[in-house]
Amino acid sequence: MNAVVSALVSGLSRIGLWGRGVVVAIPYLWLLLFFMVPFLIVFGISFSESIIAQPPYSSLVDWLKDEDAGTSKLQILLNISNYFRLGGDDLYILAYLNSLRIAAVTTLLCLAIGYPMAYAIAKADPARRGPLMMLVILPFWTSFLIRIYAWIGILKGNGVISNLLEWVGLTSGPVEILYSDWAVYIGMTYCYLPFMVLPLYSTLEKMDPSLLEAAADLGSRPFKSFLSITLPLSLPGIIAGSLLVFIPAVGEFVTPELLGGPDTLMIGRVLWNEFFSNRDWPVASAVAIALLLVLVIPIMIFQHVQGKQAEAGR
Amino acid sequence: MAGQPIRKPTRLEPWQDAGQTPYVRIEKVTKTFGDFVAVDEVSLSIYRNEFFALLGGSGSGKTTLLRMLAGFEQPTEGKIYIDGVDMAGIPPYERPVNMMFQSYALFPHMTVEQNVAFGLRQDGVAKAEIRDRVAEMLGMVQLSAFGKRRPHQLSGGQRQRVALARSLVKRPKLLLLDEPLGALDKKLRERTQFELVNIQEKLGVTFIVVTHDQEEAMTMSSRIAVMNHGVIAQVGTPTEIYEYPHNRFVAEFIGSINMFDGRVVSTEGDQVLVASEEAGCELLIAHATPAPAGSPVSVAIRPEKIALSKEPVAGGGPGGEGRNQTTGIVREIAYLGDVSIYLVELPTGKTVRVTAPNVTRRTEMPITWEDEVTLTWRPFAGVVLTQ
Repeated sequence: MNAVVSALVSGLSRIGLWGRGVVVAIPYLWLLLFFMVPFLIVFGISFSESIIAQPPYSSLVDWLKDEDAGTSKLQILLNISNYFRLGGDDLYILAYLNSLRIAAVTTLLCLAIGYPMAYAIAKADPARRGPLMMLVILPFWTSFLIRIYAWIGILKGNGVISNLLEWVGLTSGPVEILYSDWAVYIGMTYCYLPFMVLPLYSTLEKMDPSLLEAAADLGSRPFKSFLSITLPLSLPGIIAGSLLVFIPAVGEFVTPELLGGPDTLMIGRVLWNEFFSNRDWPVASAVAIALLLVLVIPIMIFQHVQGKQAEAGR
Repeated sequence: MAGQPIRKPTRLEPWQDAGQTPYVRIEKVTKTFGDFVAVDEVSLSIYRNEFFALLGGSGSGKTTLLRMLAGFEQPTEGKIYIDGVDMAGIPPYERPVNMMFQSYALFPHMTVEQNVAFGLRQDGVAKAEIRDRVAEMLGMVQLSAFGKRRPHQLSGGQRQRVALARSLVKRPKLLLLDEPLGALDKKLRERTQFELVNIQEKLGVTFIVVTHDQEEAMTMSSRIAVMNHGVIAQVGTPTEIYEYPHNRFVAEFIGSINMFDGRVVSTEGDQVLVASEEAGCELLIAHATPAPAGSPVSVAIRPEKIALSKEPVAGGGPGGEGRNQTTGIVREIAYLGDVSIYLVELPTGKTVRVTAPNVTRRTEMPITWEDEVTLTWRPFAGVVLTQ
């Protein structure tokens, strides 16, 4: 074993790959194996036809032999009807729009709650920032599913919120928040809030407090200083946090499945149905590829902003 | 001291004039952070058009005092008046004061022009006027060509000038400068010192500058307040601070100095005679504060005020009767080009520091290591410190 390792080391160092090269190569190899290859497989399936077989899709490449002529042909069949189906059926378009809307509302709610939180933590006494951040991350220590089930108990009719409202006297009967879009917003905002708070906190905490003093010194009132100094300087954090929330929220499946109602149609549910209920792998694959394309745009914006920031040397 | 006062000998000495009202009045101001007393009952009066330096080491309270003037800190006790107005409870954005920050605190997301225009925009100045005044300020600090750049695209010296332009564009009556030259290299610092003084004289602004660099304070200021542990050790012109230190701290903080401990033998008028075992002779000091005979004092003598010679001085020395004259052996010589520093060990074990200009161009020094030398100084050279 040691001999193999040392042979590998010497081999790699001979070709100048050892050290920095390997550090970069290993994660790329990982991504190639477990992202690029499956992605290409899914991409391939999205161009095949659904058949009743095992696996349930036709192969793209066929080797046709003509016995009489003694020749053989390579046949590649690309079936693009799956993508036309996505465009032609309201179900898919609605599901995409719904997903984007729910993800956008979730992102805005996370931003509205997370920004003041991150701001307050960044402005807190340095000794208290650690424990406060710990509290933000603490929910991750329990299972995600358990936390969502806990929300079912809170949101259902005769649940915690319903009983509280009745006890206060605001309502006279049980209030059913569960199985509605609102339950999905609440559950998803709750789940993704730390992803918003963390990048926001790190940009706000890095901000030089003397900048605000300089603004005040030049005659700017605190709220105006916030708008003209703090907010623009925390923009990278806002973008990073929003993407960290928005991207997974678009493809979210579990939360809307457990908290949402029958109307809460998200693309994750459609994908699940196509794959497991209809066993239509090609359409499911096309849905997945289209989702990826929808998400690539915000990712590219993110990359662009990051590149600009790196260029600014900060 | 290598620093020569840049300031032209003007007759601007408002602190001598009883009829003048101070522009800034600090009255028994104390600032505590928990148990730590940062500023301890400080009182100061600063007049219009002064270039006033707060000089001290780190933790001396000089920056805290400046931040209280700007309004970033509130005094725990005492009052601050600017132009006769009590500043208690007045937030920074309503004070007639601008500040230049040590780190410059330039807004990184704005261009140089936007940085300079920021203060004017807060006041709702008309766009055309903002443009003119920003251009004028950038012209004054010689950055006209850099208006569209962002702070990170500038050198340290350029950033410093942007910060200066930004703090002056609102034409404040009082400008506070926190270590304005701290981040610059030596050459640039010297040049900027001149520029700062010129700008201050041209605009007629009162400057209060915090610095830990005594040379900087000496060169630029009309008056200096030396601070130590939250207390003002002495206030005076650079010459007063250097030539007539009130106490050991000021004497030792400003430049280098030789201290001889001793006891007062006699006082005649303003002439004090001190016997010092350390010096190995009696010291006669002219223009000294009278002190009772027998009281313990220190005599402080600047290194450049002591003369070195290889031969004993005839006629009983400059003090007469062998006073102000002692002998020792040269232990160290540091050649600095313009001057040389000699460390002379007296028979008592005391090391005396002497600086002498290198008047002739010679590779061989007339006085060299291990030479026995005579040290002499005139009665006007020493200062008697009673603490």
